[in-house]
This record gives sequence, C-alpha cells and structure tokens, in this order.
Amino acid sequence: MSEPFLIGENMTGGYGKGPDILHNCTIAVNPGEIAVIVGPNGAGKSTAMKAVFGMLTVRSGSVRLAGEDITQLSPQDRVVKGMGFVPQTSNIFASMTVEENLEMGAFIRTDDFSATLEQVYHLFPILRDKRNQAAGELSGGQRQQVAVGRALMTKPKVLMLDEPTAGVSPIVMDELFDRIIEVARTGLPILMVEQNAKQALEIADKGYVLVQGRNAYTGSGQDLLADPDVRKSFLGG
Amino acid sequence: MNQTVKHTLLFAAVGLLLLLEGTSTAFGVFSGSWNSSLTILNMGLISAIMALGVNLQWGFAGLFNVGIMGFTALGGLAVVLIATPATPGAWDAGGQRILLALILGATTIAAAIFVYHRMAGKRARPLAMIAVLVAGFFLYRGVLDPGVEAVESINPALSGNIGGLGLPVLLAWPVGGILAAGVAWIIGKTALGLRSDYLAIATLGIAEIILSVLKNEDWLSRGVKNVVGLPRPLPYEVDLQNDPAFVEQAAAWGFDATTASTLYVKLGYSLLFTAVLLVLLWMAQMALRSPWGRMMRAIRDNEVAANAMGKDVTSRHLQIFILGSAICGIAGAMMTTLDSQLTPGTYNPLRFTFLIWVMVIVGGSGNNFGAVLGGLLVWFLWIKVEPLGIMLMDLLTAGMAEDNGLRVHLLESAAHMRLFTMGLVLLLVLRFSPRGLIPEK
Amino acid sequence: MDFLNALVALSNFVLVPGIAYGSQLALGALGVTLIYGILRFSNFAHGDTMAFGTMVTILFTWWFQSLGISAGPLPTALLALPFGILATMALVVGTDRAVFRFYRQQKAKPVVFVMVSLGVMFMMNGLVRFIIGPGDQRFSDGERFIIKARTFKQMTGLDEGLAIKTSQGITVVTAIIVVAVLFWFLNKTRTGKSMRAYSDNEDLALLSGINPERVVMYTWLIVAVLATVAGTLYGLDKSFKPFTYFQLLLPIFAAAIVGGLGSPLGAIAGGFVIAMSEVIITYAWKKVAKYLLPESLEPDGLVQLLSTDYKFAVSFAILIVVLLFKPTGIFKGKAV
Repeated sequence: MSEPFLIGENMTGGYGKGPDILHNCTIAVNPGEIAVIVGPNGAGKSTAMKAVFGMLTVRSGSVRLAGEDITQLSPQDRVVKGMGFVPQTSNIFASMTVEENLEMGAFIRTDDFSATLEQVYHLFPILRDKRNQAAGELSGGQRQQVAVGRALMTKPKVLMLDEPTAGVSPIVMDELFDRIIEVARTGLPILMVEQNAKQALEIADKGYVLVQGRNAYTGSGQDLLADPDVRKSFLGG
Repeated sequence: MNQTVKHTLLFAAVGLLLLLEGTSTAFGVFSGSWNSSLTILNMGLISAIMALGVNLQWGFAGLFNVGIMGFTALGGLAVVLIATPATPGAWDAGGQRILLALILGATTIAAAIFVYHRMAGKRARPLAMIAVLVAGFFLYRGVLDPGVEAVESINPALSGNIGGLGLPVLLAWPVGGILAAGVAWIIGKTALGLRSDYLAIATLGIAEIILSVLKNEDWLSRGVKNVVGLPRPLPYEVDLQNDPAFVEQAAAWGFDATTASTLYVKLGYSLLFTAVLLVLLWMAQMALRSPWGRMMRAIRDNEVAANAMGKDVTSRHLQIFILGSAICGIAGAMMTTLDSQLTPGTYNPLRFTFLIWVMVIVGGSGNNFGAVLGGLLVWFLWIKVEPLGIMLMDLLTAGMAEDNGLRVHLLESAAHMRLFTMGLVLLLVLRFSPRGLIPEK
Repeated sequence: MDFLNALVALSNFVLVPGIAYGSQLALGALGVTLIYGILRFSNFAHGDTMAFGTMVTILFTWWFQSLGISAGPLPTALLALPFGILATMALVVGTDRAVFRFYRQQKAKPVVFVMVSLGVMFMMNGLVRFIIGPGDQRFSDGERFIIKARTFKQMTGLDEGLAIKTSQGITVVTAIIVVAVLFWFLNKTRTGKSMRAYSDNEDLALLSGINPERVVMYTWLIVAVLATVAGTLYGLDKSFKPFTYFQLLLPIFAAAIVGGLGSPLGAIAGGFVIAMSEVIITYAWKKVAKYLLPESLEPDGLVQLLSTDYKFAVSFAILIVVLLFKPTGIFKGKAV
C-alpha cells in the first residue's frame, strides 16, 4: 500500500507535560476521501485530530503530509504547509462580517483569492447572501459554514473538522454533511471527528473507531457499520 | 544557606543601614544623625504596616488595589475628627444641618437601592431611580449648603470646620481603619466579581475622589488650609526640655536637652508603631495559616476551581479587600499622628500608592515578613535615592562649568530620578525576581 | 431673544468646551481600548504616554519657535506633532520589546500586565519630569480665537458672546480626521482587519496565519499616534502639566469602560458621555437660567450641581453606575 496523503502514524502523546492520552494511534486520509474518527466519550477523538494538527506533544510516532515529516512543526506552520483546521468552538470571528471572516482565512495568501471566495460562495450560497452581516449574528449551522469556508480560503491540501455538527439540529446536520461531501468531491481530503457516529460513518470512506486513545476498529464506513462488534459496543445495536 | 538565616540577615541588613544612618557620614549618603535615622525608621514602620495591608489583598487574594492613597488619607481624616477639640459653636451653627444632610444623602441612596430591588419594569424602574436620586440630591444640597456656609464662616483663619470629638488620639487609629473599611466595602461591592482590571481602576478613582473631598470640603478638615497642631500621644519636646528631671537624665546619658527630647519623642513613636506592627503582623500570620488563609490562597491560585467547589469567591474577596484597606487606614491615621498635621495637598498617588506596591513586590508578595522588610528597605531607599541622584549628576557633570545650562538642569531634575528609579526597581523585580526578597512559602 | 441668548450661553460654556474635551477624551480612550482589545490589559501608562508625546511635541515647538518657523495663524505645535508621534512610537515599541513582550511569552495573567504597566508609568512619569520638569508649560501660539466673544456680539447683536478658541477648532477637526483614518484603517485594510480578527479571537487568528507580534507592533504604533495627538490637543486647549496627564487616566478609563472596553466606537461615545457629563454637572447654570426663567424665579446661587473640583467624581460616578448595571458598556465590550 502506498503512503497516504496525510498520516499520523503510531502517535503516542498528551497535552503539555500531562499523561499520555493517545497510545500508538494511527489516522490517515487520502485525496477524495472522507475519513471519520468516532468513538465513545473521552476516547481521544478530538485529541487524535489535534495531534495530527500539532496542538499536543507527540512523544513517539510521526505525522507526515505528502511524504514530508511535519511532526515538529507548530500548528501555524502546518497551516502554511496546507492543512486547514476548523476548531469545534469559537471557530469564527464573531464581530466581523462573513466576508471579512473569509478574507482572514486567506490571510497567509499573497495571490488573488477572489476565485476561492467565489468557490466558497458557490458551495455555501447562504454566505453570499449574508456576506455583510456580522458572523456572530448567524444561526449555528450558518456559523459552521462560515467556519468551514474560512478554512477553505487558504486553499488547503487537507481539511480537518472537529465535530462540525456539534449543537446543530438534525436537519442542519444533514445539510452540513451534504456540503462536506460536496467539498470532498472536489478532491480535497477531509478528516473529521464526529459525535454522531452512525450518520458520519454513512458518508465516510474510511472510519477510525478509537477507544481509550487506541485504534479499536479501522475500516471503510460501510464495513464498520456492518461490523457486529462495532454496532454492539457503541452504535447501540 | 538556611532560609530563616537568610531572612534574618536581610532584616539585620536594614537594621545596619539604619545604624549607619545614625552613626556614620560615609559616602555622603548617610547623614550620621540619630534624629534622621529615627525619622526614617518611623515612616518605615508605617510603610511596613501599609505594605502588610496591601500584601493581604495582593499576596493572599490577588486583588489589585491602586487606591492606597485614599485609604491612607481617610485614616488621616479620622485623626482630625477624633482628636481635635470641637470648634465652639460649630455644632449649633451648622453641624446639625450637615449631619442631617449626610443622613438624607445616605437615605436617598438607600431609597434608590430599595427602588431597584422592589420595582419591576424596563422603563419605570430606572426612571423611578433617577427621580429618587435627583430629588434626594437637591434635598441634600438644600439642607447641606447653609450648614456648610455657617460652619465655614466661624473664625475661618483658625478653624472654619466642625472640629472633632476631642478624644484621645490613639482612638483615631482604629477609627481610621473603620472609615477605610467602610469605603472599601462600597468599592468592593461594585467592582469585585468583575474583571481584575476594574478593581484597579475603581480604586484609582476613589482615591482621587477622597482626596478631592479632603481638599475641598473645608467644613470637614479645613481643606488645603490644613489642620495643624494635632494632639499627639507623646509629650512635646518643649515640655521635656523644661522638665528638670528629664534634662538631668539626658545629661547623665551625655546628651544635651534639645537632642534628647527629640530622640525621646521619636523613639516613643518607634515603640508605639512597632507594637502596632507586631500585633498586625501576628494577626496576619495567624490568618495566613488558618483555614481561611489557605482558602484565600486556593482561590487566588485557581478561582474557577474554588468557585466550582462552592466557595463564594466574590464575598471572600470582599472580606479581604476590606481588611487590607482597613490596615491602610490605620497606617494612615498613624502617619497623620506622627506628622501632627493633616495636609491633603501633600498626598499624591506616586508616593502613597505606588511606592507601597514597590515595597510589597520587592519584599515578597504573599509573605508577611517580606512585606514588612520591603516597607522598611524601600522606604530607606526612597529617602536616599535623591542624594544619590544628585551625587550621580554631580559626578556626570563634573567636567562642565558651574553655570552650564545642562548641568544646572540635570542637578535640578535629579529629584525626579526617584520616580524613574522606583519604576525601574519594580520592573526589574517583577521580571527577574517576581517572588521578591522573602518569597511566599 | 432671551432664548437665543440662553442658547448661545449654553454653547459657549457647555457645548463648545464639552465637545473639545470630549474629542480629547475620545482619542485617549481609543488608545486604551485598542491596547485592551489586542493586548488584553488596561494600560495604566497611557496618561504618561500622552504626557511624553506632548512633551516631545513641546520641545520641538520651542525649537521651531526659536528658529522662527511658524504655521501662521495655527499653532506651531501642529508642525512639531509628527516629531512627537515618531518619538512616542519609538518609546512605546521599545517599551513593548523590553518589557511587555516577555510577559506575553509567559502568558502572564492580565493583572500582572496591569502591574507592569504601572512600573512603566512610573518610569515614563519620571522621564517626563526629568526632561521638562513638573511645572505648567504653555506652548500654544498663533491666532488665539476663531471667533471672539465681542465679534460675535457685534455680528449678531445678542447680549451673550460665543467664543471659539483656535485650539478647540483644531481639536475637533483633528479628532475627526484621526478617527476617520483609524476606522478606515481598521475596517478596510488587511492589517487593520487582522488586528480586529486578533482582538476578536486570538486562537483562530493564529490559525489563520496572523502574526501576533506584527499585530501588537501596529497596535502600539497606532496608540502612539492617538496618545500624542490627544495629549497635544489637550495641552493646546488647556496647558501641559505632567501630573494632570496622569490624572486624565481616570476619565479616559471611564470613557473606555462606559463605551465598552475593546470597542473603538464605544471609546468615542464614552469620551463624549464623560466629557459632557463633567461639563454639565460642574457648570454654573445661573447664566443660562437667567435668560430662560422669569425674573421672579431667578436663582440666587450659581446653580452648580458640583464644584469643578469634583469633576473627577463625575467620571467616577458614571463608571460605578456602568460597572453596577452594564459592565460590558454601551457598545458591548469584551470585558466583564
């Protein structure tokens, strides 16, 4: 098997000097794919993603992007390398307009980003309508679209979403998932942490089930949904 | 080196400085006069008490009080109100009116608070409050102004104020503490529980306002006309010099009567102040070690956790803020007693607020002994930086002609060096030794 | 006629001075609020930064005057202002490098920053007094009035005169220009937007590749401009005395908090609220009342709510009320 586009391999580590939360955990994603990290509460789902993004100390193992070892880089440097990250909370500039949020997403770019802005508006039409409104005044689902849009503005090579559907209604969740699939169809690899395991695995090309910071099950979304062990242990039968 | 030994040595070093001040004229820094040495010691002791109060607020609870000057001045006011004799006729002329007006003022505020708590309605409530406050204000001024005028017209050259109760001056010290505590309660009620910056700004403000009240309300403490010749707890030098027994005793010790009487009075103050300092220090130490003190420090270190454990952080903060301010009030009363005069014009925040902060930080915040050491040491430096600055300037400009403009300017401005130096000391200590000379255990 | 006279008296003694003072406070409060928004602490050294900038401006003014350079009817200080700004920029950026940056890297608590700013305040205060002395300095020259009271009376035939000092006119015009440029910068330029983004959500700004040190540096540069301009205008309008500038801290903080710490728009509104209240409450209304009330009701006293000695009490009282009822201020600042 060839090297995946983005891989966090055998990662062991924790926050700062604290105890290890991840143990020998491996997460990978390829272009055109949606990879989903699921698991019970406290399994280290978000932690695994933050490890890939460089927000915690990885004591052993490595993170590689397009074959390049980026384990030692800071999150900011990883953004420059082409990683787009959408945090779970406070992921927008609430006091700034939607368009300004998107512009700030493109801050590191020195080229003309109007085409990307157009793409984002195409993907999330509602944002075009509300582009001069303060992002903080939008609804929960719209805010998430702003957040994803902001991350897309860097023209990332990989997009990472930390629980994008946390706290939104089921209808909005479905809509968000549709958008995410649309983004993935453009060829952008997407790595996503999700609380709503069932729905997430349905759209996932690859699923990682973490339990206590370790890879418990790995497989395609459909395989995992069909796996009786996975179903029994946390999909609720 | 053992910690205790180190700390003892630090205190011994301050003692040595004072000793040198009394005996030697070395380096042109020391004056070689016991009189000067005791003067520095006395103010040092008062500063140490203030530092103790501030340390209670900052070291124990992490509260940033920038209004020490105001609380100190309130202590001074207490001395006037308690110890001076009542101005004859003032009470009948306008004193009663003034008291009535003050009661009316307080009632107005209470009524406004009552309205706030009892009324509902988005429009009606604020309007009713404003109505109460405005009506109350005019009523207050209507009653107050004639009273003030009457009091201030009584022999304005000498008194023109309501005077005091004529009680022993030592009684003013605790009263100063109570006055300061009362104002601290009001400020604490408002600003605590909000962001830490707000307490700093609110205390900065109240200090300015207390000072402007003292400067402008002539009926109260004669304003900038100052109250002089306040009663003191110790005998007057002149009386001592006229006392044959004292003169004889002084001669036996090898002093002339004038020197001996000055030293006697100053030493008396030193003993009094030391006694107060020791009592407060003992109380602060007990508080620090008590469960209450442990809880305070727990809150300081992690407010969120303490809150989650069900501690009422804001009211604990209020307690300690009041206590610390009261100590500053006591120290303020002591200082005014030492000076025998209340001179509102001489209070300035750099000297009375920020200098105390330097003392606490340099000494070691969170440690009571550190605060005391800081008070004594920094006061000594404060006094001595000026001659040092002049010496430095003299040295730097030695090559220039006597009437060189730059030289004259530098020599004249050397006095401002101490603000600069104090700021520098504060920054250096905060940066390189944030725990101070005697760190918290 | 009486009504017109009352209106003129009101403008002359309340509105005009209030607007000028309000502009000065607004500029000062903008500096405080920017520092708060970006560096997240209340800068106690702001008053003394203003004093420093003004002092340099004064020194250059004196130098220009000795060289015979003048701005005609306008005060020479306007020519010296850019030099004051440059010197203040150097001072605050240098201070940030030498002092504040260390605590940023330590991620120190805001209250530590406040205390450090206190130390900086001390040093700046000492520096200013050392260089120019603690006394009063007047440095305004040029034409003193735009309209003199007597000219106004002759023009209109009213009993009351309206005088507008040049310094008041300059204050308002300059404040409008500075504020317009500042808002253009914050809302339209990339750097300005990055500053707002950083102030809004620091972590996300970092994720977006915004360099915090650059943002901080720009903030200090802008604050240097605001502080120097505010200080110089105040000095031209009244007079320069280091201690007065330290005392200005209170109304400036009050203005920033009333408007909502961290909100530039709020700082401007707060500046005018504080200035107007101060002037209205400490003004003796007898003159205005004389025209409006019938003779029988004419007041005996000065009809002054508080003596001018208590002007700081006004800002303080407003501050307390805001803290009690709406700690985030009129424009919803960041701080609670």
